[in-house]
Amino acid sequence: MKSDEKRDAVLGRVLGPGRPELTCEQCFEELDRYVELTVGGDAADARIPGMRAHLDGCPACAEDFAGLRDLVTQEGD
Amino acid sequence: MASALMTAPSEISWVDRLRAEGADGRAAVAELHALLLKAARFEIGRRATQLPHLRGGDQEDLAQQAADDALMAVLRKLDDFRGESRFTTWAYKFALLEAAVKVRKRAWQGREIPLEDDAWGALADAGAGAGRGAEDAELFVALREEIERLGERQRQVLVAVALNGVPIDVLAERLGSTRGALYKNLHDARRKLRAALAARGLRVGTSGEEEA
Repeated sequence: MKSDEKRDAVLGRVLGPGRPELTCEQCFEELDRYVELTVGGDAADARIPGMRAHLDGCPACAEDFAGLRDLVTQEGD
Repeated sequence: MASALMTAPSEISWVDRLRAEGADGRAAVAELHALLLKAARFEIGRRATQLPHLRGGDQEDLAQQAADDALMAVLRKLDDFRGESRFTTWAYKFALLEAAVKVRKRAWQGREIPLEDDAWGALADAGAGAGRGAEDAELFVALREEIERLGERQRQVLVAVALNGVPIDVLAERLGSTRGALYKNLHDARRKLRAALAARGLRVGTSGEEEA
């Protein structure tokens, strides 16, 4: 990893997204809808504000999102 | 795609079938369990690199446990299904959550949570390597000072999760807390750090981020 990328990655993890975000509970509540909107290319971030910021700030929820997105994508293929 | 499926009769019929008495209900529950098991296997397979020591049989045990726990969660929360996604997508998220939590906990089983001292090296390293010279050196020194000023719980969570890479649900289990409560600690700590750095006149945006 380049030094600036490493710097940004550490700052990102320590300081978080710095914009309004959902909680982990709200994220889980909206996860299925967000994934389907994302996979369908249907303005997921505009329709569920705060979700992207939370996924940027919470590694565990980001992993859960990636898993569900990949599974739904695979099923749609 | 999703909007067309929101009111699809098959999504509602899943709920009705699961609530049915007798053989029909049992068949629907068995069908759901099979789907949850498929999702759990998918997730555990995706994360296999986190568990290099886990044999195939152990992975299958983990998938079965995740599917069993997810089935209980789905049946308990059936009233919460609003039909805003396909029923299967809604149900899968419970299986993926159970599988992911089990994988993370298994990967950290018997491992010590890294100490605070381990984190300062990563912080200093990130500051020293970047090509911004004195500006970054000052930022990272200030960041360490402000982290040390945080309250004990906020500092503990921030250092473990953000600097030492401890999964938040593993930390929650060790501290007797919940993922949501610890994320609130992390969120509050981050907000304080951003405010403290801004008060020192330090730019806290990352390279690709315009600070609000």
